[in-house]
Amino acid sequence: MAKVRVETTVNGEPAEFLCEPHESLLAALRDALGLTGTKEGCTTGDCGACSVILNGRLVPSCLVLAPEVQGQTITTIEGIADGERLHPVQQKFLEHAALQCGVCTPGFIVAAKVLLDANPSPTEEETRYWLAGNLCRCTGYDKIIRAVLDAAAQMREASAQTREASAQMTEVSV
Amino acid sequence: MSDRTYRYVGTRPVRHDGLDKVTGRAAYGADFSLPGMLHGVVLRSPHAHARIVSIDTTAAEAMPGVKAVIAGRDIPPNSAKLMLGGEAAIDLHDMGDNLLAHDKVLYHGHAVAAVAATSVDIAREAASRIKVVYEKLKPVCSIDQATSPGAPILHANLVMQGRPKSEAKGPTNIAGRMELGRGDVDKGFADADVIVEREFRTATVHQGYIEPHACVARWGQDGRAVVWCSTQGPFVVRDASAAILGMDAANVKVIASEIGGGFGGKIVVYLEPLAILLSRKANRPVKMVMTRDEVFRASGPTSATKVKMKLGARRDGTLVAASASLWYEAGAYPGSPSGAGAMCCLAPYKIPNFFIEAYDVVVNKPKVAAYRAPGSPMAMFATESLLDELARELGMNPIDLRLKNAVVEGDLAPYGPAYGPIGLKQVLEAARNHPHWRAPLEPSQGRGIACGFWFNAGMNSSATITLSSDGSAAVITGNPDIGGTRVAQALMVAEELGIPVERVRPSVADTDSAGYTDVTGGSRVCYATGMAVISAAHDVRDQLRARAAKIWNVDLESVGWDAAGCAVGLNGVGNFPPLTVTELAAQMANTGGPIVGRASVSAPMAGPAFAAHICDLEVDKETGRSRVVRYTTIQDAGKAVHPSFVEGQMQGGASQGIGWALNEEYVFDEDGVMENPGFLDYRMPVASDLPMIDTVIVEVPNPLHPYGVRGVGEVPIVPPLATIANAMRDATGVRFTELPLSPPRVLRGLAARS
Repeated sequence: MAKVRVETTVNGEPAEFLCEPHESLLAALRDALGLTGTKEGCTTGDCGACSVILNGRLVPSCLVLAPEVQGQTITTIEGIADGERLHPVQQKFLEHAALQCGVCTPGFIVAAKVLLDANPSPTEEETRYWLAGNLCRCTGYDKIIRAVLDAAAQMREASAQTREASAQMTEVSV
Repeated sequence: MSDRTYRYVGTRPVRHDGLDKVTGRAAYGADFSLPGMLHGVVLRSPHAHARIVSIDTTAAEAMPGVKAVIAGRDIPPNSAKLMLGGEAAIDLHDMGDNLLAHDKVLYHGHAVAAVAATSVDIAREAASRIKVVYEKLKPVCSIDQATSPGAPILHANLVMQGRPKSEAKGPTNIAGRMELGRGDVDKGFADADVIVEREFRTATVHQGYIEPHACVARWGQDGRAVVWCSTQGPFVVRDASAAILGMDAANVKVIASEIGGGFGGKIVVYLEPLAILLSRKANRPVKMVMTRDEVFRASGPTSATKVKMKLGARRDGTLVAASASLWYEAGAYPGSPSGAGAMCCLAPYKIPNFFIEAYDVVVNKPKVAAYRAPGSPMAMFATESLLDELARELGMNPIDLRLKNAVVEGDLAPYGPAYGPIGLKQVLEAARNHPHWRAPLEPSQGRGIACGFWFNAGMNSSATITLSSDGSAAVITGNPDIGGTRVAQALMVAEELGIPVERVRPSVADTDSAGYTDVTGGSRVCYATGMAVISAAHDVRDQLRARAAKIWNVDLESVGWDAAGCAVGLNGVGNFPPLTVTELAAQMANTGGPIVGRASVSAPMAGPAFAAHICDLEVDKETGRSRVVRYTTIQDAGKAVHPSFVEGQMQGGASQGIGWALNEEYVFDEDGVMENPGFLDYRMPVASDLPMIDTVIVEVPNPLHPYGVRGVGEVPIVPPLATIANAMRDATGVRFTELPLSPPRVLRGLAARS
């Protein structure tokens, strides 16, 4: 069977690859594009290790067909940090020791980023339910939840400072 | 030891491998590839028990893209040689037969053949074209079936090992029996005022590591093989693969990747020897990755069990007698952890008269593997449930009952030796003093408490430390790091040499680069490998002292080492300003050359670990669903080197135990086919199932370790089974003796009472 050629945007860069018509986005990311930060834990959408952001939505990449991402925008764990600067969720995972074996960590960080983009002030319960699609077998989730809530607090503080600064700028310019 | 003050040990630095893990750079088993690599796939048995009549691989071999096909005949028959594999002896004959079945398939999913092809799709298609003719046999799927008269027999030549010696009564599925005892049990029970007795059952459960087994093997024309894989024991993979394939171990080099969880399940080889064989046949590298379905069906879960136990006590709560009969499923080949269960189940308590027998039973299920404190959780589920019943019958506080009987230093463990300094009393007192123990409960809630015991392991470890001219250091060991052991080792180097922890670079080396090191298991890495690291640091320190002596032109004996990590002059040898590691390292080249410290240890048994957990469970009596609303873990760590990762072990172990208690189980149909081989139906705890898990670290130093470290990884999975069941009893008034406490079982239990 002929392979399908797919053009897409991955982590802000144009990317193209060839894939089988039945291949998953997960397989294409890992095998064709060499982005192995996205992990395979089950291929049935139950563990969340393969979480990526597709056009702003959190998806398990094992349940997305690779040919479907033609013209779409994808962010993987490799695109979460801003150049040299870690995303606050990444930084807080390190500070809170929120990982042990680390194989679920990319999926959790991607999922948590999507949560905090949509909801800057999630409660503990909202955070637990949002992350219920990501399995971690090492931590019992305690330190993961604390890391995400702490990242949310830090991001709120940072954006409040940004707002204050820009308000002052506005006053000055007025 | 306890007087020592620490600069680095006990702090919480960011782990050195953390950055790679939060950015996706860390490479796990399936993340590695080689040019020209083929993909290997395993054909597995569709039957739980069958004789293999014939295997025809010609159609598969004829497919374009197929480069190699192997079956049981490619694995040389092995006499039943035993090798030590960390937590359990490994039977090479059985392991070889488990890798690729020879005459019979013994469980649904048993490997029968393997194919290497240019793509996974082609390999799968080819595997489906292998024609295997089976003669179906009736499977035995439980202890009761396996031990009933006239039961189908798995191994015609199986002879029961242990005591009493098996009489020649014909074939059996009972592979082993052991017994432990002390005192006069009959007299003990005759002296008891209260006796409680129940039969308990637990289901087959899986470690549930998120990363499936994966490896790449490359065979070379020089007869050497290199294996990249995710494993807890690279040296086990080397030695077992070589022995099974009839190779010299020196001709196999194993490079361990980052490991995505193991919990005991990544010690045994399932793929590596197959990948080596396929690579040899195809003369190309071969990658093999299990699917989740294969992980459930064909790697090693832990035993389903039946435990009958009886406890007798005096009116004041003094335990006077105990008897127990433990039956553990081994899966397809002998080797369940029933013996460990027998040694653990009464270990926390002083009981003058006891008798325990433990049976190892083969059934048509995957061969069990180690799972975190192997064997202890199921046996202690019985003990701790019965103690809860006893406390109720005696009208005693369950913590007081346990404290009254708790073992202390000098008491004899049921398995023989006298305990050294141990922390059970301190753990129980911390539980009693914890606000959780006194917090009010809602009407629909119940509270449970239970204890746990695990031996911990010592075994063999090596470490190397190289000093750089800038005064930083690299520390190399052979233990794959699952839960933060690298940062713990870096803390030890920092502590001994005064080098800031972020300037110590810990790494895990391959089997040709690291000295021999036993598995990452047995809660032994921070303890035993840690001791090797500390000794290697002392080797570096002594070399640095020698360099200082040379620089100062004094005797070595005149140079000491201060707490800040500086060489200092002793005995009034002169008014030399102290020399720091950085200063000495900068002069290495001129004072004798590079400095490399090395050490190895063969550590004795470790300091035993005790834990107590408290749980508040909310039960919906309409649906049978229960929810953990509060959970506290208390544990003697000896000394917490990196407290965050000690807490992480306690929380993670508790979470696994909660899953075991509430939901997890292999569900088999009557043909022995697992019906729930995925994470949707094999229901492990998710974030919304759990509350925060509170931790209290008790530190009763282990005298065998320079800092007092005990192992911490395993014991936290022991208490949850009974903790949850005791909380369920408190909430509902019903004593459940079979796990998991899934909603249907709880509903049935509630209905039976009313």
